[in-house]
Amino acid sequence: MSEINIVDAPPGIEGSGFFATSLDKVIGLARSHSLWPLPFATSCCGIEFMATMGSHYDFGRFGAERLSFSPRQADLLMVMGTIAKKMGPVLKQVYLQMAEPRWVIAVGACASSGGIFDTYSVLQGIDEIIPVDVYVPGCPPRPEAILDGFGKIQELVKNESGRRRYSDQYKQMLASYGIE
Amino acid sequence: MAKATNTEIIDLLGEKFGEQLFDVTEPYGLLTFSTTKDKVINVLSFLKENGKINFNFLTDLTAVHYPEKNQIAVVYHLHSMVSGIRVRLKVFLHENDAAIPTASTLWNAANWMERETYDFFGVKFEGHPDLRRILNMDDLGVHPMLKQYPLEDPNRVDKKDEYFGR
Repeated sequence: MSEINIVDAPPGIEGSGFFATSLDKVIGLARSHSLWPLPFATSCCGIEFMATMGSHYDFGRFGAERLSFSPRQADLLMVMGTIAKKMGPVLKQVYLQMAEPRWVIAVGACASSGGIFDTYSVLQGIDEIIPVDVYVPGCPPRPEAILDGFGKIQELVKNESGRRRYSDQYKQMLASYGIE
Repeated sequence: MAKATNTEIIDLLGEKFGEQLFDVTEPYGLLTFSTTKDKVINVLSFLKENGKINFNFLTDLTAVHYPEKNQIAVVYHLHSMVSGIRVRLKVFLHENDAAIPTASTLWNAANWMERETYDFFGVKFEGHPDLRRILNMDDLGVHPMLKQYPLEDPNRVDKKDEYFGR
């Protein structure tokens, strides 16, 4: 028997020579296994992420082989490290320059909540300025934790309805961050 | 060239400035003295340009806030590259009138150090070519190293030990 695992097909109607399922599921399947992350790494969590990208943990096996250091083709913003208030507008601009659909993962205590830096100069969690989908705890989180967070993002992407980004609820959520 | 001892330095300064220097101490062997803000540039330029002692390098320029005395001290650390000796000069200002002539006329390095001191302590350096904040965001609105600000917001509950199983 082969050691290779193949992703299960989404639920659908199978017959000889055709397979019918919903468009959302096909799109979700494709998207979730070809996420292109934009690593916004500012501190120690960024170093931990470099280990995740290395051959031992091999982030690339999830279809995230091409890290985009430009917002242009990226669909997953990974914020890793302390975000100072002075960096806040820069992070928000990067988020705004990414095209929908886009997801955000806050890696580590600093990006999630300000961490140990309960200080005048540090943003107390990036969810004050941009919406966040998944938080990864840890200071810094081990590569396994980052992979786990990425797996959670993949689940979200896989199960997202094609209409979600057009819903009023989503628009209201963006409006609460002052994003049109 | 023999190193000038602290005694020699203070004798030299005493000859030149007399009563304008006070509070002379030597904690851990570092010669420390104070002067007033009118005289500070004279004293600094003498220390820098006197051939005997030649304190040609400004190591550090910062401030200390003494809230119980309502004072802010501006501190200058000088280093002589020639003879490897150091000296410290302090100027005490009232915290409501923290203004002092700029040392950037003597050392270009003072430019950014004074911007930092202004950023964190609100000390105004008169005659500084470009006195803006350097590290904090422009719309911070406070000088965060002044001691009237508590280290932590006392009303926060999200850091209580019980939430972390401690």
